[in-house]
Amino acid sequence: MAGLAAAFGSGAMTNSIADIEDAGCIFVIGSNTTACHPLIARRIFRAKEKGAKLIVADPRNIQLSRFADVAVQHRLGSDVALLNGMMHLIIRNGWQDKDYIAQRTEDYEALEKLLQSYTPEKVKAITGVDPADLENMTELYATHPPASLLYAMGITQHTTGVDNVKSCCNVAMLCGYVGVHGGGVNPLRGQNNVQGACDMGGLPNVYTGYQPVADAEAREKFSTAWGTELPDSPGLTITDMIPAMLEGKLKGLYVIGENPKLSDPDWNHLNHALKELDFLVVQELFLSETAQVADVVLPAASVAEKDGTFTNSERRCMRIHKAIEPVGNALPDWQIIARLSTAMGYQMDYASPEEIFDEMTALTPKSYAGMTYERLGLDGLQWPCPDGQHPGTPYLHKDQFTRGKGKFHAVEYKDPAELPDKEYPYFLTTGRMFAHFHTGTMTRISPHLDVEQTTGYVTINPQDAGSLDIKEGDVLILSSRRGQMEAPAKISGSVEPGTLFLPIHFGENPTNVLTNAEAFDPLAKIPEFKVSAVNIEKLAS
Amino acid sequence: MQCKLVPSICSYCGTGCGLLFEVIDGKINSTLPMKTHPVNEGKLCIKGWNLHEHINSFMRLKHPLVKTFGRFIKTDWDEALQVTADRFKEIVAKHGPDSVGMLVSAKITNEENYLAQKFARAVIGTNNVDHCARL
Repeated sequence: MAGLAAAFGSGAMTNSIADIEDAGCIFVIGSNTTACHPLIARRIFRAKEKGAKLIVADPRNIQLSRFADVAVQHRLGSDVALLNGMMHLIIRNGWQDKDYIAQRTEDYEALEKLLQSYTPEKVKAITGVDPADLENMTELYATHPPASLLYAMGITQHTTGVDNVKSCCNVAMLCGYVGVHGGGVNPLRGQNNVQGACDMGGLPNVYTGYQPVADAEAREKFSTAWGTELPDSPGLTITDMIPAMLEGKLKGLYVIGENPKLSDPDWNHLNHALKELDFLVVQELFLSETAQVADVVLPAASVAEKDGTFTNSERRCMRIHKAIEPVGNALPDWQIIARLSTAMGYQMDYASPEEIFDEMTALTPKSYAGMTYERLGLDGLQWPCPDGQHPGTPYLHKDQFTRGKGKFHAVEYKDPAELPDKEYPYFLTTGRMFAHFHTGTMTRISPHLDVEQTTGYVTINPQDAGSLDIKEGDVLILSSRRGQMEAPAKISGSVEPGTLFLPIHFGENPTNVLTNAEAFDPLAKIPEFKVSAVNIEKLAS
Repeated sequence: MQCKLVPSICSYCGTGCGLLFEVIDGKINSTLPMKTHPVNEGKLCIKGWNLHEHINSFMRLKHPLVKTFGRFIKTDWDEALQVTADRFKEIVAKHGPDSVGMLVSAKITNEENYLAQKFARAVIGTNNVDHCARL
């Protein structure tokens, strides 16, 4: 989100999900939408029925590629070069929106200068994308307004994640597609309340509504509301917490509804770090891999067992209602936190989540202030919703960007932290498959989902399988500089020769034994899950 | 027989599809798409249609657990929370508030995320709060 905030001033999907249907062109990059966000993919298909063009850029041949007007498989981690190549052609053909650039944006000149060198030939050398394909996709994007750009973790989970996002913002602003219905730059969130967790200040540097902890005025406001002094320097990100545990600086950890043992990069490194902790509390629905190594495990109520709100990718805050009593002695997370706080000597008495919501909205003037449970109704409201009469905001940056002017960033292409070499000759990328979710804690115990895919696997191109004499289902040993794991082979043309794909859902085939915890984006601290170098061997039978 | 439909939001991906839990005699029987919802307009994916299955799973945690000599022992809330509060207070007293970290969640509600970061900042006294948006 750091890239979006730098360019536009707001770290969220600029447009609405329903908006996608009205796009003239949809450009999907680094999102396996049909598998990961099926009901957003539905909007893409409906847009196509209405005549929209579809461009898909993904290192894998994904399902959506088959429906695209142009689909390219660019080399892993080469997104900046691909997008710079598109912008080079947009400017060469004069397709940029000159009035929009002049009136609504800044720092265009530096970008224009940088783009001169990104000729189709240079872009082909980096990305492997044919110049004719690059020209076709660029023409579709630039000449079918408004175009909506959709991306997901395929853009962000790189050492250059922030650069990738900035490049997406560049190309959209260049054509004047930000701040219009049906256009925009739209990150698709992987978890149902990621947007809400960020909005609520679940980040080391901000309170609710992105009010900085380092800002004296904001700190004073929260300090008064909460009746206590508050720390003024930003805290540690999850990526920084791991080394802090190893160095003995972080002694206690409170984990709510997360399974970092499976979701964090470099499993061995993290395992070791968790052992260094003096005290680990995990609050969860299930005895997840992380809960198993905790000192205290607190059983939490599920989504159906409590009231509250979630905020989706399109900034829509929506109510959930309690349907049943919690199982056993489980309690809603809000009650657990309030009781723990009281046990620690800081009294928290809330009769209901609504009371907490009202306290939060009073402290969050720009985005949530106009919301109440009653106003949310069944459809919810999209922030910004600053007052009680405000109808919510379907798309951002209408007449002005949140930060004033949209900012172009001249971004040079950089290689991923790890490229294949003699010792580790294969590219490895990771992701999700349609029936499972994240670390599998919820989907693998769901009978109708488990039956779709019961084990982990590694996807390998038929050409590579042939040259290594690998048959479907043969167990392969994958090794990287961090560790090794085993998985049965799935032979498929969905990956290019020289590239392997591993799904992240399966604890017994822990993908993140292989991925790199040392490689992360310097600003956003997002680890590079999407690119590592590995070697494969067939397990001797 | 008592039957009701309770509106909710899917807790898998970030799309936020509106759904209805079909509750019969206090148990969730199925998940249905909400026809009028602006996000999904009466449709759900395979994960959404089966959302109730993880809620009803026999593998759900039902009691607080405290590890004693390497083994989890079932306990009640008062004891589990007292142990947790005492250990956190001890760590903060010895090593300062920044020796504690908190990982909040993209799976819990806004209200719960708000309280969790308030807990870290106001009760523990640290800004070491993060969640898995990076992962």
